[in-house]
Amino acid sequence: MQRRVHTADLDWWLLALVGALCCLGIIEVYSATHHVMSGMAWRQLGWVGMGLATLWLLSRLDYQWLLERTPILYALMLAGLLVVLVVGHVRFGARRWVEIDGIPIQVSEFAKLVIIIVLARYLSGVRTDRLSLSDLMKIGALVGVPLVFILLQPDLGTALTLVPVAAVGVFLAGIKWKHVLALVILAGLAIPVAWHFVLKPYQKARITTFLEPQQDPRGSGYQILQSEIAVGSGGLWGKGLGRGSQNQLGFVPVRYSDFILAALGEELGFAGVFLTLLLYVGLLLRLVANARQSKDRAGMYLIGGVAAILGFHIFVNAAMVIGWMPVTGIPLPLVSYGGSATLFVFMALGLVMSVRLRRFVN
Amino acid sequence: MVYRIEDDQKLPQTRLTALTVIIVLASLLLLLGFWRLQVLDTQHYSKLADQNRIRTIPIIAPRGRILDRYGRVLLDNYPSFSVLLERDSPLQVKTYLNQIATGLGIDPKDLRQQVAQAAGLPRYQPLVIKTDASPADIAFVESHRADIPSLDLLMVQRRKYPSDDFMAHVLGYVGDVSPEDIARSHGRYRPGDVAGKSGIEREYNDILMGVDGSRRVIVDSRGRVRGTLSETSAIPGTTIRLTIDEDLERVADADLAGKEGAVVVLDPQTGGVLAMASRPSYDPNMFAKGITSAEWKQLNDDPEHPLLNRAIQAQLAPGSVFKIIMATAMLQTGVPGPKYTVYCPGSATFYGRVFHCWDKHGHGLVDLHTAIVHSCDVFFYNVGKQLGISRISYFAHKLGLGVRTGIDLPGEEPGLVPSEAWKERFYHQPWYPGETISVAIGQGATTATPIQLAYAIGGIAMGGDFKRPHLLFANPTTDPVPEIRFPLSADTVNQVTQGMYGVVNEGGTAAASRLEGIQFCGKTGSAQVISDDLKHRVSGKRYLDNAWFVGFAPRQDPQIVVSVLVQGGQEGAQAAAPIARDIIRAYYQKKNQGQQQYTKVSKPPAVETAQAAVNP
Repeated sequence: MQRRVHTADLDWWLLALVGALCCLGIIEVYSATHHVMSGMAWRQLGWVGMGLATLWLLSRLDYQWLLERTPILYALMLAGLLVVLVVGHVRFGARRWVEIDGIPIQVSEFAKLVIIIVLARYLSGVRTDRLSLSDLMKIGALVGVPLVFILLQPDLGTALTLVPVAAVGVFLAGIKWKHVLALVILAGLAIPVAWHFVLKPYQKARITTFLEPQQDPRGSGYQILQSEIAVGSGGLWGKGLGRGSQNQLGFVPVRYSDFILAALGEELGFAGVFLTLLLYVGLLLRLVANARQSKDRAGMYLIGGVAAILGFHIFVNAAMVIGWMPVTGIPLPLVSYGGSATLFVFMALGLVMSVRLRRFVN
Repeated sequence: MVYRIEDDQKLPQTRLTALTVIIVLASLLLLLGFWRLQVLDTQHYSKLADQNRIRTIPIIAPRGRILDRYGRVLLDNYPSFSVLLERDSPLQVKTYLNQIATGLGIDPKDLRQQVAQAAGLPRYQPLVIKTDASPADIAFVESHRADIPSLDLLMVQRRKYPSDDFMAHVLGYVGDVSPEDIARSHGRYRPGDVAGKSGIEREYNDILMGVDGSRRVIVDSRGRVRGTLSETSAIPGTTIRLTIDEDLERVADADLAGKEGAVVVLDPQTGGVLAMASRPSYDPNMFAKGITSAEWKQLNDDPEHPLLNRAIQAQLAPGSVFKIIMATAMLQTGVPGPKYTVYCPGSATFYGRVFHCWDKHGHGLVDLHTAIVHSCDVFFYNVGKQLGISRISYFAHKLGLGVRTGIDLPGEEPGLVPSEAWKERFYHQPWYPGETISVAIGQGATTATPIQLAYAIGGIAMGGDFKRPHLLFANPTTDPVPEIRFPLSADTVNQVTQGMYGVVNEGGTAAASRLEGIQFCGKTGSAQVISDDLKHRVSGKRYLDNAWFVGFAPRQDPQIVVSVLVQGGQEGAQAAAPIARDIIRAYYQKKNQGQQQYTKVSKPPAVETAQAAVNP
């Protein structure tokens, strides 16, 4: 029989890293917002508290129970995304939110979790060491349908986060070289098609200004340029908390959320960025370590999916801040201000803990 | 399909290791990116961050005010807004150029050109793209602060010239500096600055303009000022005091209204200009606001030349006023002798040509005194013939004609005193003795400006003491006025001034302008613009005789000299002398009542005298 699960058996190293990152985040949110909008840091602290509770609750829940309910979860997710498309609130030109009891909820955040679970279940059912073509096509369909729904909102950033989940899952499950080649060619063909038929003008603009930021000094090229100036002017040790001119005078766009790493880089310097990335690497490596110890392949796929999605967020966000990636609206996990995003991370980590607490095969 | 979790518990450890490697490599790569920005290129980005937040706002130094001799304000400033274009982000400027031009009502072509011209200037220096912004312009800038942060407003003090063209020629005007001015100024001027272009504004520009200051401020991303880093105060331009007496200036100005001519009033004791007026005039505010090419063309093409300061630039035949020069030369040289008399039958023949006297009936037997009082031409024809052109020319030059007086105004003209050498140089012809006869009565090639005549007559009345005319009030003990001494004998001065006294007071040509109790002396002149023969064939205001009058008071130790020119005024006695009389009367009224009392009621009497002049 299964051993009883103990709270004491949680991954305390991982929780310590999470706590450190949340602290960095709250400090920088406070520094970036205290003289403009008060209370944002406190609200973020509240979400972190809520997140920790959610994490604990989810760790008690057996992931097997969730895996057995994937069809229902998948159907609920699709229904939720449809509801958003039909009745969602329009904010910043995109329908991304539904309100439940007056609380805005970004359904796509939860869609990410469902995709992780659905893929884990599908992949653990594969008996061969390499995925077959039909496996790949099924995975493509499972991920593709919600991805298109999210793209329609339109939310390119969130839609793209589903891709690494699938990619890491497929990598862990094993893929044939010829399939890799085929996928690369397919992607190469899909880019011009997407450019002409899928991407909205503002999305195209973001990509063109990423390639030539001087073209649009006040638009997203301006955002990237200001972010780079913030980071670069921070130097080795930073200008000090609350003393970054780019941050405090509002030159850094959404400095408490998507560009919080730019604000942090300006005020805490390379040292601060180094510490932050070090904490993230620690977090990701802890995830991989937990995946190694999973009781079964399903657990490993769950943790792998979580690691993939978090890693994608971290690397894409950091790359955007220094101008290596276009502006996609992907926040920095645990550090950026935001309720839905923070809760999502804690829920994902709750899943990881659920797997961990059940790692010992009886 | 049944889900069987127990089926496979073997995990792909190698692939998980590969995942670890990918995580570490990706992080190292990103750290490299941050290292490049934050450690290798940090100076570059720090500079950009400073450019973002630090703005240099110029503080424009107000130009110095201009006062009259009693400290009354002749020219002042008024506060106004200029629209600035920040150039630290050239792409922003490029992007919003059309919108800015439309919003402010500027031609986009002009704006683009202005921006292009400023390309060589440091980026932190903003451009003035519109001066004297209207409330609508200010609203446009304020409402676009967030989306066009390159725009800003600057409070400046602008010149407010008297609205009625009062003293336009003396004060001059300011205008935008030209690209050539900027190039020559070694950094003193920037585009959009103003500088004096004419008159006192130009002559004393360096004193008047002061030194601009600047303020380095911190702005946020919306262009709002959040703090000041440092401030260099502007040094305001120096207020200058002129020798002008506003009361006399008003009298001169009112008397000249509607005429074409000039008035110069000098204090012969110091050379100070008490009044200087020229008509027709123009509105200097046109220049201060930025003159349009159409307005400029109109001013330049106007046949009456309103831009011309006739007081120092009208070079015209002095007519009979020149007889004072002749009389002085005659008495100084003794040629012909002091008792010399001529019989005037109304005309005389010289070198086979008949020369008329202005009075066809003739003056009978005339000596020097009568000749001056009645302005007998025939007498001076004879004097001229005996003196010869060399001596006439020598004395005219010594007495201040044919050379600039050196007044502190730009653009003074020298006039002309003909001589044999002059004719040889310019016409390669010998001097004909007949020409001397015309020169003797201030005709022929002889020309003089109103200020030269005031200077010359004042100097003669002072016994040969010529003080350089000037407008800037100077302390005579610390700043002595340059002077030229050409000593005249007491007898010469006495005879000449007695003659001029007779012109006004002994039933002479200007008897109508006599002033009770004032030793008002003077000499009339009516100078032909064209020859008598031509007069019969053409008509029109342009060809009417110019009226002159140069007078002073009192006869001995004169305090005031007035030179009046009325172009097309025909008779000096009727058109010019009353103006001089009004000014001298006002001068003595002030003197008797005291400045304090006079100032209070200065303007109404000035208008009264003007009306009196119209109906003598």
